Amino acid sequence: MNPTPLNQTGTTMAGTTRLSVRNIRKSFGTHEVLRGISLEARDGDVISLLGASGSGKSTFLRCINLLEIADHGEISVDGELIQMQQRGGKNVPSNRRQVDRIRSELGMVFQSFNLWSHMTILENVIEGPVHVLKRARAECIAEAEALLEKVGIAEKRHAYPAHLSGGQQQRAAIARSLAMKPKVMLFDEPTSALDPELVGEVLRVMRSLAEEGMTMLVVTHEMSFARNVSNRVIFMKSGEIDSDGTPDDLFGQGGSASFRQFIGNFGG
Amino acid sequence: MDIDFMISTMKTLLAALPMTLALFALSVFFGGILALVIVWMRVSGNAAARNFAKGYIFIFRGSPLLIQMFLIFYGLGQFGFIRYSFLWPALREPFVCAVLSLALCTAGYSAEIFRFGLRAIPAKEIEAARSIGMSGFLLTRRILAPIAFRHALPAYSTEVVMMVKSTALASLVTVWEVTGVAQRLIAQTYRTMEVFLCAAIIYLLLNFLILQAMSLLEYKLTPHRRAAPLFPVPQR
Repeated sequence: MNPTPLNQTGTTMAGTTRLSVRNIRKSFGTHEVLRGISLEARDGDVISLLGASGSGKSTFLRCINLLEIADHGEISVDGELIQMQQRGGKNVPSNRRQVDRIRSELGMVFQSFNLWSHMTILENVIEGPVHVLKRARAECIAEAEALLEKVGIAEKRHAYPAHLSGGQQQRAAIARSLAMKPKVMLFDEPTSALDPELVGEVLRVMRSLAEEGMTMLVVTHEMSFARNVSNRVIFMKSGEIDSDGTPDDLFGQGGSASFRQFIGNFGG
Repeated sequence: MDIDFMISTMKTLLAALPMTLALFALSVFFGGILALVIVWMRVSGNAAARNFAKGYIFIFRGSPLLIQMFLIFYGLGQFGFIRYSFLWPALREPFVCAVLSLALCTAGYSAEIFRFGLRAIPAKEIEAARSIGMSGFLLTRRILAPIAFRHALPAYSTEVVMMVKSTALASLVTVWEVTGVAQRLIAQTYRTMEVFLCAAIIYLLLNFLILQAMSLLEYKLTPHRRAAPLFPVPQR
């Protein structure tokens, strides 16, 4: 297969660090879900996070934009460290406004789309730019329509989420995230809730984003995406990073025994 | 049946309709605002606020509105600090007491209705809002309140209709609204059937209009719950 990663802008060593995560730990009760995860994403990196369910990959992704609060560790977005403090024996963000701003700079795409059901597709897409970024509405509408065109659902802009297929809803959700002009996109199993025939249309959008140089962190079970689109693959096991490398390396000879066993289940 | 008597009765009762409407509109308005404060306390992280709201809702939902109204109208004057306060000129007015007790009571019910609306918001839609950087008042104004209001609307419209009917109790603290005027007419004419029938028709028509307005509002606010239009929606 082709040894060069498809995203050309993100030649790995050169870019600035967009996201830096150091030694994240997280427990739910007595169960330790993340046992010290560190990761650095440079401009244009497309990193696939693989792992069996329960390996902590979704929790890790949710810790990055503080939908879950890590018990320990540091997160920096574009060089800015998220300020944390200890309160009542728990690690909590010390500056709500910083959290809101950081979240607005991180696009999040959810497994079940999470579109606002009472708003049309266009209203979903302009909600953030107009009300969080306080930008001019007309300008946001023009950009939103271009984004919907790009993800291929421009004709659905006045429809409601319930009137769209899963694949269309997920593409709308991606457009909603892109409208915030994020520095990093986080995808939490974006195709796992879709019927098999709808997976391709979402992966195509993600692939074109990767080719444009978007920095992406993708929790996925799509081996072909991990292998052909991402420039780095991280395999998680029991809350730790088991293998980390280029797809060629890991899918070639470099992967650990657990990784081999894991991809064996996918017929890979 | 005496048509001329019915018509003259109708005229007399309709003259009292503005009073019924004033009681209704003011108590729903102030009760609605108070309900927002109560539900905000009820779902807040502060235990004192939460318990105050629970107690408030229990008292005003759990006791008869008529007794609440009597306590405010006849009871408040017993307290010197109220009798000699700057509020007394207002609080000795039957109309003010009636609006006050109606508003306090509907606030208790409405707060619970709004809380059920809040609980019906899908957690995933809140998470999506947080993930783009919304929190606090912006999150409430743009996402929580609009979704909760849509869920609460059917139950709230029942509460509003209840309020129209509850204004009849104000007649017992000497406010001359439709029911009070009807009773005065009966005392003069002894024609219970015709007079109360006219009064009932007025309430029915009023509630018919209110329910139509509420269901129109619900229809306008929930296009996402209907089937997709067969033809493309025109540009707005």
